[in-house]
Amino acid sequence: MSRAWKFGESLNTDEIIPARFNLTIVPQELAQKVFCEVRPDFAPGVQPDDVVVADANFGCGSSREHAPIAIRGAGVKVVIAASFARIFFRNAINIGLPIMECPEAAAGISDGDEVDVDLTQGKIYNRTRGTEFQAAPLPAFVLKISEAGGIVNFLKTHDVEELTA
Amino acid sequence: MGTLVEEIFSRRLGRTVNAGEIVMVNVDAIMSHDNTTPLAIKAFSEIGKPIRDTSKIVIHFDHAYPAPNQLAAENQQKIVRFIQAQGIDNFYHRGVCHQVMIEEGYVKPGGIVIGADSHTVTYGALGCFSTGLGSSEIGAAWVTSKCWFKIPETILVRLEGNAPAGVYSKDVMLALAGQLGMDGGTYRSLEFAGSYIDALPAHARIVFSNMSVELGAKCGLIAPDQITLDYLASETKAQGPFDQFTAVNPRYERTITIDVSALQPMVACHPDVDQVKPLAEMIGLTIDQVYLGTCTNARYEDLEIAAGILKGRQVSRFTRTLITPASQTIYEKALAAGLIQIFLDAGCTVNAPGCGACIGRHGGILAPGERAFTTMNRNFIGRMGSAEAEIYLGSPAAAAATAIEGRIADPRPYLA
Ligand code: SF4
Repeated sequence: MSRAWKFGESLNTDEIIPARFNLTIVPQELAQKVFCEVRPDFAPGVQPDDVVVADANFGCGSSREHAPIAIRGAGVKVVIAASFARIFFRNAINIGLPIMECPEAAAGISDGDEVDVDLTQGKIYNRTRGTEFQAAPLPAFVLKISEAGGIVNFLKTHDVEELTA
Repeated sequence: MGTLVEEIFSRRLGRTVNAGEIVMVNVDAIMSHDNTTPLAIKAFSEIGKPIRDTSKIVIHFDHAYPAPNQLAAENQQKIVRFIQAQGIDNFYHRGVCHQVMIEEGYVKPGGIVIGADSHTVTYGALGCFSTGLGSSEIGAAWVTSKCWFKIPETILVRLEGNAPAGVYSKDVMLALAGQLGMDGGTYRSLEFAGSYIDALPAHARIVFSNMSVELGAKCGLIAPDQITLDYLASETKAQGPFDQFTAVNPRYERTITIDVSALQPMVACHPDVDQVKPLAEMIGLTIDQVYLGTCTNARYEDLEIAAGILKGRQVSRFTRTLITPASQTIYEKALAAGLIQIFLDAGCTVNAPGCGACIGRHGGILAPGERAFTTMNRNFIGRMGSAEAEIYLGSPAAAAATAIEGRIADPRPYLA
């Protein structure tokens, strides 16, 4: 069971991790500063497998990969948003942070709700309210990239053909 | 079936592909340049696998070329060693990567090209899906020859009517930027159509695709037509037969229509591409440097327009005027046609083809408090050097008129 951390609309990459903390790319170090300005209680309070839920245009702003790396480094299981900014979406998949796009879930989950997800089926369950949402399931190859921790990691130990096999 | 971007991917995969789907495809070319190749090499080395197909890799030296300092020289040396060690044939230092990609035949209608540069979107004007990616993905694509994409929704931009004299595709694109804003096309495919586009020569169409990333778009596409095919045959090394296709029963997220005949020359003001005003409102602002260059507006026809205005005239004594042809091929053609002599006679400085002053590395860096009028696509703070300098964007004609007067000037009185 995971706790939902709820964020608003157009949360930008500087709000995810301010540029001044981007001197490192070590996930755990970035994780200590993640959301530090918009949500100072996040980094100290987040538990492994918690989920981040946000309104539209999550991750807009710069193209830096530090933003999804910081969220993954904090142990977040998945980011559920009404929509994602283009480069964040790409970067998240390529560095191995699972994401789900689902406007209904973004609207139907409040901060602190208990949430479960089934990434393969695209299912999102709000256990607090007993509601269920359907996101577009991620293609199998995207899940494989996520599970390996990103595209570079995946290719270290697998052939690209295995992605589409 | 569908929008142009859906058509391109449906053809590639042999099945109907719709916006929102995530697909994996083979790419036709993987582009990078002196600025972005080192990080791609790093990702590639981490993966530790061989290159799948060296013929797809295309590497350019253009961003800081010839090397303006030792650091750049050392970077380029490393890249050259990598190219030699890997046996990569497609290596160019013939000008701005995007122009050279088109000239050397890597861009074809229906093609899919990725590049480690945000203006990779440029090839959309010739019906090729192309987009910019981070260096790590480029390194991964060297190993796989593949890339995944989420098929974007499409905004149709209908440009109708004839442009009045003195209004060029750059002015029309700036007008659109002013209207749509810098995030107005985020994650979307922009599809440019309408009677203005139908009649527009290919070199001028390129401006729209090139600058679609300024509106946040993933790609900026124009349906390939006879004008596209003629351009590919006469101006590039691309080998046909070429695919011709259009959008079929497309579903657009929204449509924007602009009456081009009602437009006037435009300028994007410091410090954002969407701070667009009619040029008439900015006339008289003193300018320290005019820069006619970049992947947006330094093609032969752009130089021809500027030369037409500068012929027999002098640029203002305190306005450094830099001309940087987009490629060696363009440089040669301009030389043969006498355009270079016109620029030299007018007091301009002609630079080696490449990105030149565009990224503030060399070839025309600005001092604090200076103002530049350029044919570039971006005017971000600090782009050309000092963060206290200002950059204004306009057409090659406006740049030429501004160079003569030393102040932002209307090109129309200079057009015979
Ligand atoms: S000319 Fe400028 S915008 Fe174009 S590729 Fe070079 S640096 Fe980028």
